Amino acid sequence: MNIWEYANPRRFTAVIDRLLPVLVPMAAICLTCALFWGFFLTPDDYRQGSTVKIIYLHVPAALMAINAWIMMLIASLIWLIRRHHVSALLAKSAAHVGIVFTLVALLTGAIWGKPMWGTYWAWDPRLTSFLILFLFYLGYLALWSAIEDPDSAADLTSVLCMVGSVFALLSRYAVNFWNQGLHQGASLSLDKEEHVSDVFWQPLVLSIAGFVLLFIVLVLVLTRSEIRMRRAIALMKRIPSR
Amino acid sequence: MIPDLGKYALPVLAAYGGSILLYVGLIVLVIRKNRAAKRALNLAEAQVEKKSTALA
Repeated sequence: MNIWEYANPRRFTAVIDRLLPVLVPMAAICLTCALFWGFFLTPDDYRQGSTVKIIYLHVPAALMAINAWIMMLIASLIWLIRRHHVSALLAKSAAHVGIVFTLVALLTGAIWGKPMWGTYWAWDPRLTSFLILFLFYLGYLALWSAIEDPDSAADLTSVLCMVGSVFALLSRYAVNFWNQGLHQGASLSLDKEEHVSDVFWQPLVLSIAGFVLLFIVLVLVLTRSEIRMRRAIALMKRIPSR
Repeated sequence: MIPDLGKYALPVLAAYGGSILLYVGLIVLVIRKNRAAKRALNLAEAQVEKKSTALA
């Protein structure tokens, strides 16, 4: 079985049609359980009080904002190297979803920051690199809308995506690069000493799983819509005008 | 039913409210786009079929 067979739009949409009935209920169950568990059943933190409940929204959103861009980078590289249209459409769809995750991460971070740091915003390395990542998302989507020819748009946005990847990685590792700044270190780590307590960690992992599934579902549905729309346009062009 | 959020009730509820609003908005937009694309494809396919039948 060759993986590139799925670059065929018809085969790709057939796979999406088969995956969605499984992924949608999984995402709904994971998110409902995680947010209920996190909001209603976890205790307050001894230092941060009830604001710790924001972690179940903020961390998954921030994680997905960065990972969406990494996924766009991989899809863009596939487009540039192999010219598969599905990969370009996947990157475009991931940007539409990724920008909302980035906005949620910035919004929840600011709301969480006010009671903890005394300010909604600080020019901290992690916050600043995240804001730049958000601006890159805006620029990426604006570029897709600005160029009429889909292949040229895919080429240019792929290049922009590669440039923006620097900030996606910077957002992820800014805490390790610079020690100054208000933002704390990573909430999850393979080193048990470093990450949050088990009582917060378990619903957080479930919440991350739920948001990952939600992201996959939305990207697949959007990609299928883009494929259908392109096919519709191609068919309409084939009909001779009177 | 709502747990006692103490003095941080406003920021916690604002974070949940704002995030849920954004996610629901995104889901609604995705569903609408999906329906529009499906409708456009069905329409295009029907027109192509109509045209080919007329030519035959």
